[in-house]
Amino acid sequence: MLPALPFYLASAFLIGASLGVVGSRNPVYAALFLVLAFVSAAVLWLLAGAEFLAMALVVVYVGAVMVLFLFVVMMIDVRLAVLHRSFVRYLPLGVLVAVAMMVQIIAALRGLAQGAGHAFPEGGNTEALGTLIYTRFLYPFEIAGLILLLAIVAAIALTLRRREGTRHQDPGRQVLVRKQDRLRLWRLPPHQASGEQLPASAQREDT
Amino acid sequence: MNVGAGHLLVVAAVVFAIAVAGFFLNRRNVLLLLMAIELILLAVNTNLVAFAYQHGDLTGQAVVFFVLTVAAAESAIGLAILVTLFRNRGSIDVEELGRLKG
Repeated sequence: MLPALPFYLASAFLIGASLGVVGSRNPVYAALFLVLAFVSAAVLWLLAGAEFLAMALVVVYVGAVMVLFLFVVMMIDVRLAVLHRSFVRYLPLGVLVAVAMMVQIIAALRGLAQGAGHAFPEGGNTEALGTLIYTRFLYPFEIAGLILLLAIVAAIALTLRRREGTRHQDPGRQVLVRKQDRLRLWRLPPHQASGEQLPASAQREDT
Repeated sequence: MNVGAGHLLVVAAVVFAIAVAGFFLNRRNVLLLLMAIELILLAVNTNLVAFAYQHGDLTGQAVVFFVLTVAAAESAIGLAILVTLFRNRGSIDVEELGRLKG
């Protein structure tokens, strides 16, 4: 049994924030509404006993992914008026699809979750979830780590930019330089007027 | 009135439907499409949490954990592609992205 008042409050915030994400004219507002939706969903998860996941949602999504979204929103200069033109045109279609899909999902889920929920096993949620992940889901856990590594490499490889014409050091070439490439020794005769070219008698003294 | 897992499922279904509608309404802005994907994944995760609560089984929560991981990776790569796209084309309009058609 979930406590009623917090449930309805968080649900109202979640649905309102979702509408805000979809309907915002400005992507910054949409991102901030998405933050509100995540926090409300975290409250709902907390009520349903998923304590660790609620905290992970706030830390990972609100703390990291949404900051990433906001950075990208600020990097990209979107012409809002042009992009928003299609909103009204597709409104009837969107509402139709949304209502149809909602009715279908609710009809499909009817009766699947009736009665009071079963109690979770004793002990903390984090500990129990950790035990489960490190034993039964060990291989999926390792694969999840690999996927995160893949995401790091892919994101950096996609956005790394090599500009042409910039001057920068190349340590590899610096290390490969030999003395003959940079240094020349000349043996000059003792008396020589200034401003002349090097006399023919000057000899290169190769070292 | 007793609030149970069924109510959570209904809330998740509403959020899912709103996000799918967002796909139709904002079909020109890739950034808002990515945000709608995040909302859809949130609704799905809420479903899993509700069923874990209903059955008293933590397996659902473990699956949510993995979905969160993959969703974070997905949004990172998606945003990287978006930035590259904007650099090359100067626009994130979906309908202008017909380059691969040849």
